[in-house]
Amino acid sequence: MSRRHLYLLSGVLAVLGLAVFLYKVLVLEFPLRPEEKTQTWRVEVRMQFEAKGGPAKLQLNLPRSANNLVIIDQNFVSPGYGLTMGAGRGNQTAVFAIREAQGRQTVYYRVLVNAVRFPDDWSREPVPNLPLPRFEGAEQVAADALVRAARAQSADPETFAAILLRRLKNSASDDEAALLLGQQPPIAKVINVASDLLRIAGTPARPVHGLTLEPERRGAHFVTWLELHNGTRWVSLFPSEKRPVLPQNTLRWWNGRLPLAEITGGTGLSHTVAVSRSYEYALDSALKHGRKLEQKLVEYSLFGLPVQTQSVYRSLLVIPVGIFLLVILRNVIGVKTFGTFMPVLIAIAFRQTELFWGILFFAVVIGIGLSVRFYMEQLKLLLVPRLAAVVVVVILTLAALSILSQKLGFERGLSIGLFPIIILAMTIERMSIVWEERGALESLQQALGSLVVGALCYALMKLALVEHLAFVFPELLLVLLALILLLGRYSGYRLTELRRFRELAR
Amino acid sequence: MKGLLAVARTLHERGVMGINERNAEFNLIYNERARYPLVDDKLLTKEIAIQAGAAVPRLYGVIEIQHQVQKLAAMLAEHTDFVVKPARGSQGDGIVVVVGRSKNSYRLADGVLMDHPQLEFHVSNILSGIFSLGGQTDRAMVEYRVIFDPVFERITYRGVPDIRIIVFLGVPVMAMVRLPTRAAKGKANLHQGAIGSGVNIATGRTLTAVWRNQIVSEHPDTGNPVQDVQIPHWGRLLEIAANSFELTGLGYLGIDIVLDRDLGPLILELNARPGLNIQIANRAGLRSRLDAVLEHRARLVSVAERVAFARERFVAAG
Repeated sequence: MSRRHLYLLSGVLAVLGLAVFLYKVLVLEFPLRPEEKTQTWRVEVRMQFEAKGGPAKLQLNLPRSANNLVIIDQNFVSPGYGLTMGAGRGNQTAVFAIREAQGRQTVYYRVLVNAVRFPDDWSREPVPNLPLPRFEGAEQVAADALVRAARAQSADPETFAAILLRRLKNSASDDEAALLLGQQPPIAKVINVASDLLRIAGTPARPVHGLTLEPERRGAHFVTWLELHNGTRWVSLFPSEKRPVLPQNTLRWWNGRLPLAEITGGTGLSHTVAVSRSYEYALDSALKHGRKLEQKLVEYSLFGLPVQTQSVYRSLLVIPVGIFLLVILRNVIGVKTFGTFMPVLIAIAFRQTELFWGILFFAVVIGIGLSVRFYMEQLKLLLVPRLAAVVVVVILTLAALSILSQKLGFERGLSIGLFPIIILAMTIERMSIVWEERGALESLQQALGSLVVGALCYALMKLALVEHLAFVFPELLLVLLALILLLGRYSGYRLTELRRFRELAR
Repeated sequence: MKGLLAVARTLHERGVMGINERNAEFNLIYNERARYPLVDDKLLTKEIAIQAGAAVPRLYGVIEIQHQVQKLAAMLAEHTDFVVKPARGSQGDGIVVVVGRSKNSYRLADGVLMDHPQLEFHVSNILSGIFSLGGQTDRAMVEYRVIFDPVFERITYRGVPDIRIIVFLGVPVMAMVRLPTRAAKGKANLHQGAIGSGVNIATGRTLTAVWRNQIVSEHPDTGNPVQDVQIPHWGRLLEIAANSFELTGLGYLGIDIVLDRDLGPLILELNARPGLNIQIANRAGLRSRLDAVLEHRARLVSVAERVAFARERFVAAG
């Protein structure tokens, strides 16, 4: 009775999921595999500010086609605003203006960028009139000294700039460079000073800001580098010791010292940038067939969401795949883990840290937490304060690890803050109880089990194909749901039980 | 080494039950969710057992909130030996057995000494729920320490041996004796290294014994044979077990009974998700016995009928 009901439900879910999937593949020609090489990116800038009630004007610097990246389309989403395009201070700009605005305002700028094989050579552009910087007193002396020293060690404008940049980056707190830079200067400041010094030395130079396009980036950040004219053409100097050339696929956005956008008539301007691979082809295909229904279908799919939200769903939609694997590992294989879904949470954290560092950090955090927990055993604390103390220790450990890895130059260490802190603390508590009641072996076994399951879930969730299928064909999750429901009535042996009961099979 | 599929097939043929099957086909179907608290909370179990006239270890006192921990000393004053346990503990976690006192300390079953502040801390831990199933706050109970029947004296290393009987729809289907060992630190839990010895339901004599998944014939600490030991009061034990169905309304459960030297059989606790190691101790599968009960379900009404059926059917093991 209930079994037939279950089979029926699973069957309906699976058929429904597969039908939509096949329709999308066969009729709409959605691609089954992720594209090997990404050619098109969508960049979305979201700007927000508080309007004061009167007229407001937002001036935004726009990117330009340069190197191997060509801008193929751009659009502005700014309800109620008038838009004028212009050029100011060597950059293309867009000005959003409104007569009256009150409260929180949100304005979007979206640009579609294509990577081309043959770069667009813009480097022979004429040199604009760049103002000479003015230094005074001690600053003038320091600037002269720096320019003289760098000139003595270089042969041409490129090497001159490189040496100057290195000198500025490695300045000690008490030398002449520090006088110009100030205490602990951000990289943009270093670039600004370098461009000033280059201009003093007679080489036209300017700071440039751009975006390195990576497949999925929520909260992408602008990078700053130096552009100088060597007498015949513009060259870029990236502030990295190892590779001073521009990273692959860096979109040149604007130059100068000013920020990306400026506001008049409002306060608290902030912006977030999201980059994603473009799935325009889905829309294209529907448009090509010229069918209204299909077009609607695409518009009402995940592709209709803003890029920022799309990225969120890109990570969310693979979680069911990890959970499905977890169900199999626990109920069919019989792996013991701490907590039901703890391994999947670990796997999600691993997506940010990468596997090796994830496992290392996990081991270190659990190890330190466990030692603290054992020490606290002597203090005879009650459960809730004790758990709270472990949470604090876990957070401090995470912070210490981030700082340490930053100093050692591993960027991965920074994402460790995404570890599920409360879950880690509970795991530590559970582990220490199991350790005392059942012995170290059992405890370590379960910890290792959780880690292995987490790593396997991570490996599966990270597959480009899995991510692609889950995002482009979310209806496949219905098939997954059907399978999970069926597993809910799986009453066969677990793999580990075959070992456990092997005496009985003799 | 047989192939995995062959092992699975042999196990299936012999009616060995896995945990998925227990959960899906028995726990979820014959055990009503609402009745779980009756067995998950040992204080509730004790209450309903007393109401039904079944014998249980006498309760000395209950500590429900942190403030009452102060009263622990007064509560224990008149008792030299006792057991402290969490009301909602699982798998024997958090149970402290005090067998006597020396000076200001309590002597535990495994010979370790524990002073009063340590015991108070343990009780606090119980209250905060670290031993309970879902981590909910718990109550600590202090009760009579069982002086076990001398029949087990030669095959027990400290601790208290108990008898676990699986009861399906009121029919005792399989039983085992759990004997503490040195490795188990005096606990009668198979996971922790206790010996499990299957019992012939018909006669109440022990069959082969299992220790850490191996067949053994002697107790590893005392060296005495564990096989073919007659369990006293066997008929009474089966009746108590059969009765637990009416007591709790749970179709599939395990009942743990101890034999006290003076008081006879006492119900220690009930378990709605009894472990499956009992199959190894009996060298027999549960599934075939459960199927037999299902087949004759209609005529198994009274306690006497159910016990008679069990004694007739579940004679020995393979």
